Amino acid sequence: MVNLEKMRVPIEEVEHIARLAKLQLTEQEKERYSVQLGQILEYMEQLSKLNLKDVPPTSHILPLKNVFREDVVKESLPQEEALRNAPQKEGGYFKVPKALG
Amino acid sequence: MDYEPVIGLEVHIQLLTSSKLFCGCSTQFGAPPNSQTCAICLGLPGVLPVVNRRAVEYGMRLALATGCRILPECSFSRKNYFYPDLPKGYQITQYEKPLAKDGGLEICLDGGRKKRVRIERIQLEEDAGKSLHLEEGPTGGETFIDLNRCGIPLLEVVSYPDMRSPEEARIYLETLRQLVQWLEISDGDLEKGSFRCDVNVSLRPRGATKLGTRTEAKNLNSFKGVERTLRFEISRQHALLRSGKGVRQETLQWDARAQAALPARKKEEAYDYRYFPEPDLVHLQIGKKWIEQIRESLPELPSQRRERFMNQYGLRADDVRILVSTRQLADYYEGCLRLYNRPKIVANWIIRELLRELNQRRWGPEEFKVRPSDLVGLFRLIDQGVISERIAKEVFAQMVETGEKPKRIVEERGMVQVQDEREISSAIGEVLREEKENLAKYRAGKIGLFHYFVGQVMKKTRGKANPQLVNRVLKEKLGD
Repeated sequence: MVNLEKMRVPIEEVEHIARLAKLQLTEQEKERYSVQLGQILEYMEQLSKLNLKDVPPTSHILPLKNVFREDVVKESLPQEEALRNAPQKEGGYFKVPKALG
Repeated sequence: MDYEPVIGLEVHIQLLTSSKLFCGCSTQFGAPPNSQTCAICLGLPGVLPVVNRRAVEYGMRLALATGCRILPECSFSRKNYFYPDLPKGYQITQYEKPLAKDGGLEICLDGGRKKRVRIERIQLEEDAGKSLHLEEGPTGGETFIDLNRCGIPLLEVVSYPDMRSPEEARIYLETLRQLVQWLEISDGDLEKGSFRCDVNVSLRPRGATKLGTRTEAKNLNSFKGVERTLRFEISRQHALLRSGKGVRQETLQWDARAQAALPARKKEEAYDYRYFPEPDLVHLQIGKKWIEQIRESLPELPSQRRERFMNQYGLRADDVRILVSTRQLADYYEGCLRLYNRPKIVANWIIRELLRELNQRRWGPEEFKVRPSDLVGLFRLIDQGVISERIAKEVFAQMVETGEKPKRIVEERGMVQVQDEREISSAIGEVLREEKENLAKYRAGKIGLFHYFVGQVMKKTRGKANPQLVNRVLKEKLGD
């Protein structure tokens, strides 16, 4: 049996992450994620047990560099198509609740 | 205690590519809203961005022109935040490995003093969409979103906090804007939002090396706005420090109604962008050969050109600053010199006449149709005595207005200088008959009236009389 308390992510941190992700969590959910996030971190911790002295950090999983496109204009989506999935639209614009800042 | 302001600037420069940074949508300004978007810049799931080569090259141009070091390898990252004008929920930008680092820009302060403002980094990133806020409406205000701008390439240029006054900040911005226009990588148009600026400012006791607590104002889009915000903020921080209260680190926004920089609406959470490497874009390796290619394609830079104009043509610093204010004007000047190698005369004409005509009409270079060969044609007409310098100015105004050749204007409007001695003589006779009183005064010893008579003769001939000839004949008539 593993020690659940040890792996917990503090509740304040769960709340912080939830706010950044614009999620509203119930108290129960916060509890649950506190444990689950802790378990994920614990799992990743295994990496620090490995000897990685001679392994260069992986900056990208593909062995490719310099993939470019030329500066050529391609046809865009028609306006109606671009707006098709919008819950609210008006005069060719996406319409959203007031946002400032 | 005496405090000194410490100012750093972050400038966002929209690049003049035809297509966006990661997709082929057009960057044309002024299109109907949401008509220049696609699955990539709308952030639909499962799409792959691909870097626009020209955007990278434009960044390299600015990097080289500011003496920055282009990193051998650079990469993109995701900057995560939620805002309706950013449909992906993150901005693709550069974080750990930007395009270029450690350069600088030399600025000319009033009074001719020069100063170098160091540049910390130059990075490529995508722009966000545009929000239009409406105050009214049943829900207490609505926001309209246009995503045409979303994904347009930007260069972010981050300076070190090397500026010490609002003026220095303004001059740095003007110099940087001139440079990006000169390099033809951006139109630098403030009104279109192609050149936007975030300012950071703090105060510290003069002589101290440690920086004070800074505040930030974002998205300023006029040089006046930058100066005004800085002035306000410096005096506000001054007052706080004098009264022993500290400055709080915060983001401010200029409020036109209050004529003050007020704290921006508080975010519920401090910025926490959770940057991480963009897995959909591979790294860029920029080799020496590519860098050299770009370096060779650079035009002579404004600072180099100013220097050369002073040495080669013996012009004054003030005149050079005007002639080199834009690349077009400097090119125009030298285009004239190639045909007519009298640097000072040409410089004077361009600065006094040409710019005056343009300013009066509020014209930009694209509306100006007089070619260097035509302006030189005008100079030759003066040199040949066909027209006087005064008439030349009138002819020039006509050239600007109509785009016609000087010779044709002179011929069509009968502006050819009167060289005929008899004609001039009769004009002088008329003037002396009309000016009996003044003539008597002149005879009585008021010889200064000679120039007045000359002026009257010129007026009578509508400026067309050859002034030397008028002088000679008038002298004869007066029996001097």
